[in-house]
Amino acid sequence: MIEVKNVDKSFDGNQVLKNVSAVFETGKTNMIIGQSGSGKTVLMKSIIGLHRIDKGRIEYDGRNLPDMKMKDIRVLRREVGMLFQGSALFDSLTVLENVMYPLEMFSPTSREEMVERAYFCLKQVNLEEKAFGLAPSEISGGMQKRVAIARAIALQPTYLFCDEPNSGLDPVTSLIIDKLIHEITHLFGITTIINSHDMNSVMEIGENIIFIEKGEKTWQGNNKDIFHVHNEALNDFVFASELFKQVKKVNQ
Amino acid sequence: MSLLNDTGKYVLLMKRVLVLPDSRKMFFRQFPKELEKLGLQSLPIVIIISVFIGAIMTMQTKLNSANPLLPSYTTGLVTRDTLLLEFSSTIMCLILAGKVGSNIASEIGTMRITEQIDALEIMGVNSAGYLILPKIVAFVVMMPFLVIFSMALGLIGGYGVGLLTTIITTGDYISGIQYAFVPFYVFYSVVKSLFFAFIIASVASYYGYYAYGGALDVGKASTNAVVNASILVLFFNILITSLMLN
Repeated sequence: MIEVKNVDKSFDGNQVLKNVSAVFETGKTNMIIGQSGSGKTVLMKSIIGLHRIDKGRIEYDGRNLPDMKMKDIRVLRREVGMLFQGSALFDSLTVLENVMYPLEMFSPTSREEMVERAYFCLKQVNLEEKAFGLAPSEISGGMQKRVAIARAIALQPTYLFCDEPNSGLDPVTSLIIDKLIHEITHLFGITTIINSHDMNSVMEIGENIIFIEKGEKTWQGNNKDIFHVHNEALNDFVFASELFKQVKKVNQ
Repeated sequence: MSLLNDTGKYVLLMKRVLVLPDSRKMFFRQFPKELEKLGLQSLPIVIIISVFIGAIMTMQTKLNSANPLLPSYTTGLVTRDTLLLEFSSTIMCLILAGKVGSNIASEIGTMRITEQIDALEIMGVNSAGYLILPKIVAFVVMMPFLVIFSMALGLIGGYGVGLLTTIITTGDYISGIQYAFVPFYVFYSVVKSLFFAFIIASVASYYGYYAYGGALDVGKASTNAVVNASILVLFFNILITSLMLN
């Protein structure tokens, strides 16, 4: 579980996060949603430790990140997997080598066991074996995302962060990626945090949703509660399209 | 202010780079690749430039010193000392600052803007050490070989002028390059090149590592890397020369 308590973050006097508190639960797909510029990316980067917060606590199962030294943060990060918006696969390595990379860096196991683990992770994300030897540039965007998920889970992380996992993907592939993240979260009991403004994802897998508006958390709930919310900004954001307005009517 | 800021950031980056690697296995896997990429792949340009510059230097020296009072070995002597003292270390390093510096800066810069460096950091890897250390070590290791190779090829280029033209006889040229040879000049050039190799690889890595934005910014980082590495090479050339030759 990750707990964020009274977090403030400013850049050059501009306060981006204002007293944000939230709980991200283990074994659930936790989502941070909000308009562009609302502060959700800053919140996620603060939780990971890529931004130093001005005030507050970020507790990874009781371990307060802002109190940690860089050396300890590096150790903690070995428990973290991350899926980047652009996949961030290493160009110079093949698909298999990308997944094996964290294992080779930190796992004391033999090469055979590493290959076996990498195969297992790639099979978990339903990637065909013929793609294992290809370079990231030789596979599609959806496949790259799957490889990135496989790499993120290679070291059996306790915490999984996904930054806009569906950006640049078609609706069908987006759905596959969403389901994959959801399955992996439940299967391995991971604390997953997803930064998204894809409403299909929110409706599909949002088990714990945090809405950020102008740097403040103004709502927390799940994908069922969201149909009955009276938060105007949230309603304007989630049900912006005619389709989702109709969906809301049907659900109410 | 910007210079101070850049110097501080560079020093802090080097503090992260010049440490024992997180994984020695990964370092020694990366190291030969860098030797090949930064060193062996620089050989063609070193060969071409050294041979031609050696030849041109011989021709120019001979044509501009057509004085009966000057001994016949003058051309060979001047060509040799110019190659040994300046061309094969400093000028060759300036050329390599362009080739290798832009290569390093654009590679690391692209990794930065495509979040590959963030991915390394999130995995708990010392990204600076992992990416930059093998490049610096490989280039520093390769540079003395490139410099000595360039010296030899430059002298061969000059010999070619004697063989293929009537500007100078091979006998005069050979006696010139053998006359009053100071082995310390080779040592001096190699020492200089070690510093230059470190400067080129580390400055280029610095600009790549702190690149931000898009493809255009990677291009800017690459240009800044080449320009600043070249300026530093020239500055340290004066410093090392005044320390070693005075």
